[in-house]
Amino acid sequence: MLGFSLRSLWNRRFVAGLTVLAISLSVALILGVERLRDGARDSFANSASGIDLIVAPRGNSVQILMATVFGVGGTGTGMTWESFEWLEDRPEVAWAVPIQMGDNHRGYPVIGTDGSYFEHFRHSGGQPLSLAEGAFFAGNVADAAVVGAEVAARFGYDLGAVIVNAHGSGEVSFDLHDDAPFTISGVLAPTGTAVDRMVFVTLEGFDTLHAQEDAPLADPLDPAAMPADGHGEDDAHDDHEEQGGHEGTGAGRGHEPDRINAVYVGLIDRTSVLGLQRAVNDRPSDALSAVLPAVALAELWGITGTAERAMRLMAWAVALAGMIGMVVMLSATLDTRRREFAILRSVGATPSRIFALIVTEAAVLTAAGLILGLAVLTVATVVTDPILSARFGLRLGLNIFGARELATLFVIFCAGLLASLIPAVRVYRMTLADGLSVRL
Amino acid sequence: MRIERLVYRWPGAERSTLEIGALSLASGESLFLYGPSGCGKSTLLSAIAGVVDVPKGAIRLADQDLGALRGGARDRFRVDHVGMIFQVFNLIPWLSALENVLLPCTFSQRRRARAGDDPAGTARRLLDELGLSDPSLASKPASELSVGQQQRVAAARALIGKPDLILADEPTSALDEAAKAAFVDLLARECAEAGTALLFVSHDRSLERHFDRGVDFLALNGSAV
Repeated sequence: MLGFSLRSLWNRRFVAGLTVLAISLSVALILGVERLRDGARDSFANSASGIDLIVAPRGNSVQILMATVFGVGGTGTGMTWESFEWLEDRPEVAWAVPIQMGDNHRGYPVIGTDGSYFEHFRHSGGQPLSLAEGAFFAGNVADAAVVGAEVAARFGYDLGAVIVNAHGSGEVSFDLHDDAPFTISGVLAPTGTAVDRMVFVTLEGFDTLHAQEDAPLADPLDPAAMPADGHGEDDAHDDHEEQGGHEGTGAGRGHEPDRINAVYVGLIDRTSVLGLQRAVNDRPSDALSAVLPAVALAELWGITGTAERAMRLMAWAVALAGMIGMVVMLSATLDTRRREFAILRSVGATPSRIFALIVTEAAVLTAAGLILGLAVLTVATVVTDPILSARFGLRLGLNIFGARELATLFVIFCAGLLASLIPAVRVYRMTLADGLSVRL
Repeated sequence: MRIERLVYRWPGAERSTLEIGALSLASGESLFLYGPSGCGKSTLLSAIAGVVDVPKGAIRLADQDLGALRGGARDRFRVDHVGMIFQVFNLIPWLSALENVLLPCTFSQRRRARAGDDPAGTARRLLDELGLSDPSLASKPASELSVGQQQRVAAARALIGKPDLILADEPTSALDEAAKAAFVDLLARECAEAGTALLFVSHDRSLERHFDRGVDFLALNGSAV
């Protein structure tokens, strides 16, 4: 019966091929939308793992998360170094990493930070950052830079390469800081997160770039904008050693910037997070927000949820169109195939077998559509993966099919069989009525 | 095959199409049934083939009362015991000639069993005997064959697996005079060799001489009343 259906479909291979194509596109679209969504969520969740709290100048929590963790957009005006020290001194804080932002290197975000970033940042379920080659800010040199795996791969950077950053976050910028070049001291191993697309420079180096431009912006009457005194520096350093043990040995905090854009905070005990959040929000001298990454992510998904639903709806609508196309194809040929069915009956095919023939044809079409759809999806993933990863830090990867995807495929297959009942029932009635006498 | 008191009326028709008192056919016998077009000959064939519902006891074929069988059972019974040849368009156009001949064997165990150890070989032999000896013809799609070739392929299909009865519904009407006679001659001879009864329906009385006996359908029909 299967062979017979295949032969019959082969006889109509052009239309059958189009039908399979329509079904395969819908399959690829449905699974693609799901994968994109899952990929985005995984990638975002992976990038933010290990950070208990992000403290940044007061603003929208989603915006702060996007800016500080993913390097998309920016935060408000800088927070003071005093606030950073205050945070670091809080008893519930295990570690605090200062973050400076606002520059880009050929479109990739540049992060000003210190050695503690590389010690505390965690990705993809708790893995620390590791180096492909070189060292993190070796020797506390101000012009040291560490580049993410993707940045290095894209521009072919090796250790010792000299790079120049630009102001702002756009890919094209005429405001190059070519007077303050950096030397690459380390290349990070790939993480599959936003870190791959970042360039890390020291706080000192970051400040050097902005020394001239930012000076007029600082209010000389504002004590917070004044350079911090030497005493604060020592305190910060001591705290660091006490709490982190081994940390800070390779990269001490040699430079204290006036202002930073954000602080990643790790807590000794995560249950104290809400108390600290309140304390940050209530701090009178600086308008700050403390963002829980998980909460901000949930908020983000709340915003994108509508678009996701719309995309999913579209994908299923395409699937419906594919199914209708198949029913149309099977139905349209019924009249011209009456002769064929009559012959089959004359050689002993029961109406039920002819019914089964139509259903088998639909099953073959749908199954072929599923397989081709998966092939299309795989090719599309391979082709778009570098683009998605470069533009959005999104990595789809060639996943093995999850249970949910298999369930989706099963649902589409069943829908195909169900849809084929329409022409099959018609054929059943027709063959019963026609008998062997063939009316053309 | 025996027919006794067969009365059949198409659903919704006012008059009975078939009113046949008695007609019988022994195995290996060939019968020529003639009559004008539209007089109910095809309906009689449909009744014998078990496509239309006939009253119980009216038609017995190979010791089986056709009226007692239901739907699917009749379809299976038909392919087991009856081979059919129609006027035109006998073949599935996208199957090869050989595959068309083998169709009854795919639907009937009995026919396959009776077609010998190698049904494809038997099919080739039948095609050969019916004058389609060119091997390239057997693998050609049926749609590329001439009408005369198609009818011979149909005859081979009806013959394969030695059914008890072959019903031929004007199979020669699309053929020219010479081809007609040759076709009927071949068909009758093959049936006789296989011990298969042949019921051949036509309006063309010139073919009667090829058969064991001839019956006028008009005289036959109405005799039940």
